[in-house]
Amino acid sequence: MKITTDKVNSNLVREVEEVSGQKVSACFQCGKCSGGCPVVLTMDVLPHQVLRYAQLGLVDELLHCKTLWICASCQTCDSRCPRNVDIPKVIEALRLLVLRNKGGNYLHPNDLSEKVRRNAPQQGLVSAFRKFAK
Amino acid sequence: MRYSYYPGCTLKTMAKIYEDTALSTAKALGLNLTEIKEWQCCGALYPLNTEEIFSFFSPVRALLQARAGGEDKLLTLCAGCYNVFKRTNKAVREDGELRRKINDYLEDDYIGEVEVVHYLEVLKNDVGFAFLAERVKKKLTGRKLAPYYGCLLLKPWAEMDLDDVENPTIFENFLTALGATVVDYPYKTECCGSYLSMANEDIASAAVGRILVSAYKNGAEAFVVACPLCKYNLEEYQKELFAAGREPQLKLPVVYFTEILAEALAL
Amino acid sequence: MKRIGVFICWCGSNIAGTVDIDKVAAAAGTMNGVVYVDQNKYTCSEIGQAMIKDAIKEYKLDRVVIAACSPRMHENTFRKTVESAGLNPYYLEIANIREQCSWVHKDKEAGTAKAISLIRTAVAKAAMNEALFAVEMPITRRALVIGGGIAGIQAALDIADTGFEVDLVEREPSLGGRMAQLDKTFPTLDCSACILTPKMVDVAQHEKIRLFTYAEVEKVEGYLGNFTVTIRHRARSVDLQKCTGCGECLAKCPAKVASEFEEGLVQRRAIYTPFPQAVPNKPAIDRAHCRFFTTGKCKVCQKVCPADAIDYEMEDRLLTNGYGAIVVATGFDTHKLNDYGEYAYGKHPDVLTSLEFERLLNASGPTGGKILRPSDGKAPKTVAFIQCVGSRDKAKGNSYCAKICCMYTAKHAILLSEKVPGSKAFVFYIDVRTAGKDYEEFYTRAYEECGASYIKGNVSKVFPEGEKLLVRGVDVLSGALVELLVDMVVLAVSVDARADAKELAKKLAVTVNEHKFFTEAHPKLRPVDTQTAGIFLAGVCQGPKDIPETVAQASAAAVKVAAIFSKQSLLSNPTVAEVEQKLCSGDMSCMAVCPYGAISEQVVEERRGREMVTRKIARVNVALCQGCGACTVACRPGAINLKGFTNQQILAEVDAICL
Repeated sequence: MKITTDKVNSNLVREVEEVSGQKVSACFQCGKCSGGCPVVLTMDVLPHQVLRYAQLGLVDELLHCKTLWICASCQTCDSRCPRNVDIPKVIEALRLLVLRNKGGNYLHPNDLSEKVRRNAPQQGLVSAFRKFAK
Repeated sequence: MRYSYYPGCTLKTMAKIYEDTALSTAKALGLNLTEIKEWQCCGALYPLNTEEIFSFFSPVRALLQARAGGEDKLLTLCAGCYNVFKRTNKAVREDGELRRKINDYLEDDYIGEVEVVHYLEVLKNDVGFAFLAERVKKKLTGRKLAPYYGCLLLKPWAEMDLDDVENPTIFENFLTALGATVVDYPYKTECCGSYLSMANEDIASAAVGRILVSAYKNGAEAFVVACPLCKYNLEEYQKELFAAGREPQLKLPVVYFTEILAEALAL
Repeated sequence: MKRIGVFICWCGSNIAGTVDIDKVAAAAGTMNGVVYVDQNKYTCSEIGQAMIKDAIKEYKLDRVVIAACSPRMHENTFRKTVESAGLNPYYLEIANIREQCSWVHKDKEAGTAKAISLIRTAVAKAAMNEALFAVEMPITRRALVIGGGIAGIQAALDIADTGFEVDLVEREPSLGGRMAQLDKTFPTLDCSACILTPKMVDVAQHEKIRLFTYAEVEKVEGYLGNFTVTIRHRARSVDLQKCTGCGECLAKCPAKVASEFEEGLVQRRAIYTPFPQAVPNKPAIDRAHCRFFTTGKCKVCQKVCPADAIDYEMEDRLLTNGYGAIVVATGFDTHKLNDYGEYAYGKHPDVLTSLEFERLLNASGPTGGKILRPSDGKAPKTVAFIQCVGSRDKAKGNSYCAKICCMYTAKHAILLSEKVPGSKAFVFYIDVRTAGKDYEEFYTRAYEECGASYIKGNVSKVFPEGEKLLVRGVDVLSGALVELLVDMVVLAVSVDARADAKELAKKLAVTVNEHKFFTEAHPKLRPVDTQTAGIFLAGVCQGPKDIPETVAQASAAAVKVAAIFSKQSLLSNPTVAEVEQKLCSGDMSCMAVCPYGAISEQVVEERRGREMVTRKIARVNVALCQGCGACTVACRPGAINLKGFTNQQILAEVDAICL
């Protein structure tokens, strides 16, 4: 990873800000989001790092990180954010940038386990496909 | 007291018992619920971006149906639906640009005049927990119940405004009114993994494990929930952890708060 | 025809960079009444001022326009300049071509045109400037200090030491304030009480200071040099003359209530002195909790009092005094934690606020200075300190930095290592801010010598886990998740303005900012003054600050007060409102908008035809009027003029711009 002027000035950052409606520059890196995230253990880029990468234009790195598919949009992070940054919205914007590309879908109906097919509530299925496929 | 009622997909299928017990208890408490006509899935998730205008149409259409029904309040049960409706309604009320776009598409003039409520909220504010306590026929004395809030009822607090997001009390007060012993544990508002259980099962399993241990250590005998997805996650991963011989080896029942209510009202 | 001189300042390149001075000077020369134009690199310099004086004499100038920086900067300077050359100081007019022109424009051509326009405006007004004269007002040479914490104590002592009288009003039964609650003070670790108590005693013994404890400011009227203040002396129910402070009553009182001084960690009685070194060291009865006052029965304190000092019949007294100046030193509240459920404060007894922890450290505190867990009385081996609780949090708390928490938390970590051998402090921070003399060294000592582990990351949640507390966060620097099982959690609570600061501000006719801290007259150059002349600020009531800064500001306020009292008399501001009797309709719209209460009704007798009639008109108290001009725009018949800014002058300015 390398921070360069090109990256910092990249249009991708603006696109993320536009789609999410969030200002990534508002974050002052206190880490309260990551500390309270219930699914942070398996993330490769922690929530506060998502904001940091975005601030520095490391959007490419973000588009390839696992975190986008781990965030559960539970909104614990933004409910504690002292800077009023809605982090799930930033992650959603990044996810959309991936999903809107051809072949970007993360979840296919064939991927569902037997248990999920049999027992899962519609609420869960609809949510998952809205988050992980387009 | 009269309400429009939006059931949502899950309550007509996987969570039929949630709807059945909600309707029977409501009737017993003198609440008149009228299911709105022509509803569709609310979308299950509130859109977390600035570009998805279409996601608002279904909930707004349902709100328009509620308005046409003539009641001031639209009652919801599923925490997912509640989250979508409450936030959509607030957005329509406060965001003039969004309101204009939605009404242009739907060729209507909805301005957020219907109030979205959750059944728990109705029990607290309209019925009153004191009144509820008087109506209890079979007190749940000695039952150690752990309320599990999950996320959708409470967050984001600025939009949901149901209760304190870190130290909520509405579930506790409800259970106390029924005579149960409330189990306090610090994981009651921690996420169960939500829809990750559809795709990333290990993550949801780990999240559920922590909630289970915390509730059990604090003496819980069962979970009480308001969300079908929470119920699914808490039940399924409990079974799985048990079957795999992994700690904690628990079998804590997970029930909807309406089931508990029906029991207390001896229905 | 007036003889007007125009002096254009370059202000180095500040003005000359965006304004073509030669062009401006040429244009000024053609303006009506202008007989002399000059320019200077720095008009405010000694040379620049001398040039003005010489020109006034040589060219017989009778009005002066200086085109330079904002009048807020140098109007007074230049008024003195023209006065020393024999002109009335109000013959001066300033054209602000820096803040209102060169600093906000980049285009030199446009900037030049605007500068010319601004000068033309000033010239038009200057031609109509009248001589104005200040009047002398007497001074009441007694100061009022509101608040008996370290700020109020210092201000009172410093004023009294210059020989002037001071009344010090404190709301609580004792002097001392927040500093009395502290154990040690950073960065020297000297004992707070040891350095504060002697000052408290000095206040009580100073012949120039009258101390009113258990008293509050009720009403403030008047103006610089002549305030009239009503003070409510709350019924203490204990006769201070008779009471010997023996303490018999304190032990016998049956009613218990959480001690404010001990931050609720222990209980006090309903009759109480807040702490052992209290000044005066005599109790008060807290009537809200006293058994006699709540139930009508008890009177135990009266029975045991050997001095017959208990007086249940005592009533609040309202006493009014005159003061020449007021120092506001009302301190702060700690931030309430209602919105921080994630930290389990109030859920687990071993989650403490920093001020509660301070009491645990203190030898006169509830544990005799031992750090013990409230839950089981054991010494904690691991303590997590969470900084910025309620600070730098625009979502749930204060958006500002409370300034003192980094340093007091470093102090807590150091003291923990000294008091509990083998213990370990974890300090969670967002940024560590240690600007101050010897502060960085103190912080270094905490992590280098005292073993504190500093973790950059705001704790997200504290989970009570049986007897322990699980602290979850992240180390932002390494990206590692943090889960610590600790024995105690200390929350560095933010500093709030007093809850009732706004009410006091209203009484004093001063302003507060959006966080309810009192507003200084100028953030840099008048940090001790308020916008209301004669009222000064000291300590945290103006904004978060530590003890050295508080003391410095208090002494500064004292000097300001002494400077006023040292004058023979005060000169009034002559740019005040003036009512033209024959135009005034008496509808009193002006009175309603006057923020200083300077306008009142006056009944006048007038001849109308052959008859004498009486009617009411508005009257301006020139001592109260601050010259804001609100009345002049509220007045429909145009009967009020602000001297120096008359309607005619303003219209001349408008004409100069528009025509």
